Amino acid sequence: MSLVLEGVKKNYRQPDGQPVPVLDIDGFELKTAEQVVLVGSSGCGKTTLLNVISGITTLDSGTVTIDGTEITRLSEPARDRFRAERIGFVFQTFNLLQAFSALENVLLGMSFTGSGVDKSLAKQLLDRVGLSHRLHNRPKQMSVGEQQRVAVARALANRPSLLLADEPTANVDAANQNNIINLIRDACSENDVSLLMVTHAPEVAAEFDRVETLSDFNKATQSYKVTA
Amino acid sequence: MNLFQIAMKSIRQRSLPSLLTALSVALGVMLMVAVLVTSGIVDRLFRQNSIGYHLIVGPKGSDMQLVLSTIYRVSPPIENLPYYFYQELKNDRRVQDAVPLAFGDVTKEGAFPIVGTINRYFEVPYAPDRSFTVQEGGERMGGKWDAVIGSHVAKTNNWNVGTQFTMVHGGAEGHVHDEKFTIVAVLSPTGTANDKSVFVNLDGFLAIDGHDKPIEESEKQLLEFYEGDDDTDMRNLIKAELAEIKQQRAAEAAIGKHVHHADTPDVLKEVTAVLLVMRKDIYAMNLSAEMKKGKKAMAINPIRPMQKIKDLLVGNIRKALLFLTALIIAVSGVSIFVSIYNSMSDRKREIAVMRALGAQRTSVFGIILAESVLLCLIGGILGLVLGHGLVLVAAPFIQAETGLLINPFAFEAIELVLFPVLLVLASLVGFVPAMTAYRTDVADALAN
Repeated sequence: MSLVLEGVKKNYRQPDGQPVPVLDIDGFELKTAEQVVLVGSSGCGKTTLLNVISGITTLDSGTVTIDGTEITRLSEPARDRFRAERIGFVFQTFNLLQAFSALENVLLGMSFTGSGVDKSLAKQLLDRVGLSHRLHNRPKQMSVGEQQRVAVARALANRPSLLLADEPTANVDAANQNNIINLIRDACSENDVSLLMVTHAPEVAAEFDRVETLSDFNKATQSYKVTA
Repeated sequence: MNLFQIAMKSIRQRSLPSLLTALSVALGVMLMVAVLVTSGIVDRLFRQNSIGYHLIVGPKGSDMQLVLSTIYRVSPPIENLPYYFYQELKNDRRVQDAVPLAFGDVTKEGAFPIVGTINRYFEVPYAPDRSFTVQEGGERMGGKWDAVIGSHVAKTNNWNVGTQFTMVHGGAEGHVHDEKFTIVAVLSPTGTANDKSVFVNLDGFLAIDGHDKPIEESEKQLLEFYEGDDDTDMRNLIKAELAEIKQQRAAEAAIGKHVHHADTPDVLKEVTAVLLVMRKDIYAMNLSAEMKKGKKAMAINPIRPMQKIKDLLVGNIRKALLFLTALIIAVSGVSIFVSIYNSMSDRKREIAVMRALGAQRTSVFGIILAESVLLCLIGGILGLVLGHGLVLVAAPFIQAETGLLINPFAFEAIELVLFPVLLVLASLVGFVPAMTAYRTDVADALAN
């Protein structure tokens, strides 16, 4: 898997209609099975970048190419399908659906690919993250660390080639932090999944071979900081 | 997981509001089902009564009143017909069965209508393929003072075979006759006015003191009745018989003997109506047309006036009730809309997560619509069960009060229409919340 960003530009509009540049990236690349951590101050566009890569947010200009597919040229339904099949998402706040059990949350991740759900795979994934005994527990019945592990299992449910993790340890304690990070990294390594992880924690970033600071290659954030 | 499974999860998560919303639909459907079942039974009841006979013959007047008094026994009779006229009808070659009815009196207890008739009345089916059966007794009216009573009368007055009763002349406030009738049989429930009627032997009914008119009055009425050119022989016969009776009674009076009503001759007898079963359907039309031309009586096919009664009374009430219950269901639909719409702000993140996991806009639209449909269907099924349950609970009370036999599990075909209607309603009320889900800004919702 490879991720290539070229000439990526994204502006937001202020209430008065004035454009606010958020992303202005000449180029960025992530190789197959590579694990990269992305750091940067709040508001520098990290989450927007992940949304752009996953096709949730559209670009003003530029291209995002994943495994040779230029997703910026895809229609919205095609982008949704691509995201369902090829991209896993781990959120800062886990974003598990409260009405669903751990197993159902993982199955939900499989529900939008069009190829049906694989219950045995979902159980395997939960077993892999150490939650085989929590299959039928709802999020509220689990600890914060357990919830994030369910979120990791859900992100891997469709055997993605790219995993996007947006500050996955921001809401877990120090003891769980390492466990979560190791779990994500190991799971990605085992399945040749590329990983792009956003974090504020220096100790997390220190674990990675490649650390990218967004403001170093995002010209929009630099100019924004100056004007602010 | 399909859209309905996901929607069902959402419903279960918000179990209390979902339950209340489905319950509001259920209440509307329950009322509608109860109205449909009850009015369906009333509808069939009105139709049933008209089927047993081709024609009702009665004095000239309102066909509606004739039906109301003869079939439903809720209206006073128009007037009486000479017994001879009944005999003429009975002897008409086109007539298969002629059943005379004489009424106007009521029981002292309960004021149930008393009908003087003959045993043949119980042998003619009162509805298609439904004949009278006896739940107690078994003897038909063999003696002059024998009576057969409807099931509702037996239950209400706590009467059974062997019970004797008296009747009140011309309504509950009238004179109480001395004669006592003895019950020989109790009919099984029919779900018709027969359940609330008391049948007595016509001979006994006519023999009751006060049921015969003064001879002069009878003579005047009979001669007026048979005033046509073709009735000369009948007029002569009546004059001769009445003259003989006058002479006999004058002689009896002279020696102080009481003129007993038990000896009422046919010429002085009267009936209120005659029910006819014709040998062929066409004969019914012929006879009806003949009587329409004449001045003596009218012969009506009960179906039309009964249909009119049904349309005027039952039909309009049914329409009004259906309109009201439809309004209740519509209001329930609004409550579904409010419930789902209010939950949308809480669920924006949930929807955004599903979209981030790859759900398309149409998928989240479908999930919300499915939720609305499920709530309506759950409410509809619950309402269907509750509606029939309500009828089941109310049936004994309705039967006790009205004599209507209600089958709580009778399924009205129109109930099938309820579900497509509910689906349309669900789609309408679910559309706006579903559009809100469709338009959810994923990045924005996730950021919040």
